[in-house]
Amino acid sequence: MRRSLAITLCCLALVLSGCASAVSTAAILKAPTAAPSDATTLAKPANPELILATTTSTQDSGLLDVLIPMFEKQTGYQVKTIAVGTGQAMAMGQRGEADVLLVHAPDSEKKYMADGYGVNRQLVMHNDFVIVGPPGDPAKIKGAQTADALKRIADAKALFISRGDNSGTDQLDKKLWKALGVDPGSQSWYQETGQGMGATLNVAAEKNGYTISDRATYLAFKSKLGLDILVEGDQELLNIYHVIQVNPAKWPKVNAEGARAFDDFMVSKDTQDAIAKFGVDEYGQPLFFADAGKPDMP
Amino acid sequence: MDLIWDGLVKAFWLLVTGDPEVVRVTVLSIQVSGTATLLSLVLGIPVGTALALGRFPGRQIVISLVNTGMGMPPVVVGLFVTILLWRNGPLGVLHLLYTPSAMVIAQTVIAAPMVTGITLAAIGSLNPKLRLQILALGATRWQMLWLLMREARLPLLAAVMAGFGAVISEVGASMMVGGNIMGQTRVLTTATVMESSKGNFDVAIALSIILMLLVYGVNLVLTYAQQQRRPL
Repeated sequence: MRRSLAITLCCLALVLSGCASAVSTAAILKAPTAAPSDATTLAKPANPELILATTTSTQDSGLLDVLIPMFEKQTGYQVKTIAVGTGQAMAMGQRGEADVLLVHAPDSEKKYMADGYGVNRQLVMHNDFVIVGPPGDPAKIKGAQTADALKRIADAKALFISRGDNSGTDQLDKKLWKALGVDPGSQSWYQETGQGMGATLNVAAEKNGYTISDRATYLAFKSKLGLDILVEGDQELLNIYHVIQVNPAKWPKVNAEGARAFDDFMVSKDTQDAIAKFGVDEYGQPLFFADAGKPDMP
Repeated sequence: MDLIWDGLVKAFWLLVTGDPEVVRVTVLSIQVSGTATLLSLVLGIPVGTALALGRFPGRQIVISLVNTGMGMPPVVVGLFVTILLWRNGPLGVLHLLYTPSAMVIAQTVIAAPMVTGITLAAIGSLNPKLRLQILALGATRWQMLWLLMREARLPLLAAVMAGFGAVISEVGASMMVGGNIMGQTRVLTTATVMESSKGNFDVAIALSIILMLLVYGVNLVLTYAQQQRRPL
């Protein structure tokens, strides 16, 4: 008797928790997350849901945790930030599954715009890449120009770890090697992780290899790595961010007003100021350089 | 090793101070996975019992499909559910992508074959003469089914634990259909991946510890129910 009572109680508890969770999940689903506190003073947009496709490194930098609440408060839009690899972000834009893109892969972006998938591509900010490697620097690249450094790595057959995931970083990686006339894919000293920046840095650190990283991720991981910055500051190592609205003419379901609002927000003065200040407290240097309105980089 | 120690300290600190983000993420994990487990039980136990007791042409094929479903990679489920649910897809009008509902759907698809398969094996392993005996003693069909399930409650509770364990710990599907959006679809597993990716290993370990405590707690209750001694 006691046994079946215990079992019945357990099942009841399971069922009740399931029901409670179903009910509250339903409640969560019906009510959107708390509307921004200033929403009463501005008209709520007709379609408040905005899907922003961006990259994992952008999200990992923490910048969006500052900017998105700012945007939501100012405009009343509710942003769904989907941080995926650059390839997937661009593909989402191509399929009309996102409303606006914030990406940093200029070559892919140009093709994207040429194919008519985007409108109103605007320069937002840039940060830079650095080439990092073991403090011993076996290929002796410290202080060299980018092209020269990579050539030394290739000549020394020093271990080089690449992301190999078609991200903005990876595209730059491949572009630099191609410009040298080297086909790294066929070399044993060039290894691709297929993963994000953090994971790739960890692999490089473990194996004492070289890699290209964006400065922000490197700084975040620096204390755990034991890799030094060996090459920095070149024009070729710039990591440039643009915001692109997905073309509503191709995909009518896109939230065109929301995308426009976000695009305008990213290049507005207050936002650009916030971008310029971001990271100074934690790292002693800004993580991004605000560029809106400047002539676009080639 | 100091990293794990940092993680333990951080976990303790987050739990004691009731950090709101951690609480929100944990509550959502329980809600989504709890609902998905419940739905998979509602689907899986009847279907598993019917498959165990029924005889119809093609039964073997259906059973092997169910067993294959148990081994389905969650990320594959996530991919297919995403393709069905996204805006321009067949079910796009429902606007379910990147909501907790989508995560519940994906997790139910992951857990249901598991519950079905284990129920099927559980009921199927009972002595067939038991069923006949129960019917012979004058039980109605529903009474017979209830008695068989009670008889098989050890493996059935194992099915519940397996289903819950599978969905509370899965990350691929939740990430794809949920989008890991802060305040909306971020759960313990997706938050752990993100914190690792950011390099915040102490927070990632802390979240992992909380997740494991949660799973242990649920399984402790279920195991207690499962292991009640049967009368001799």
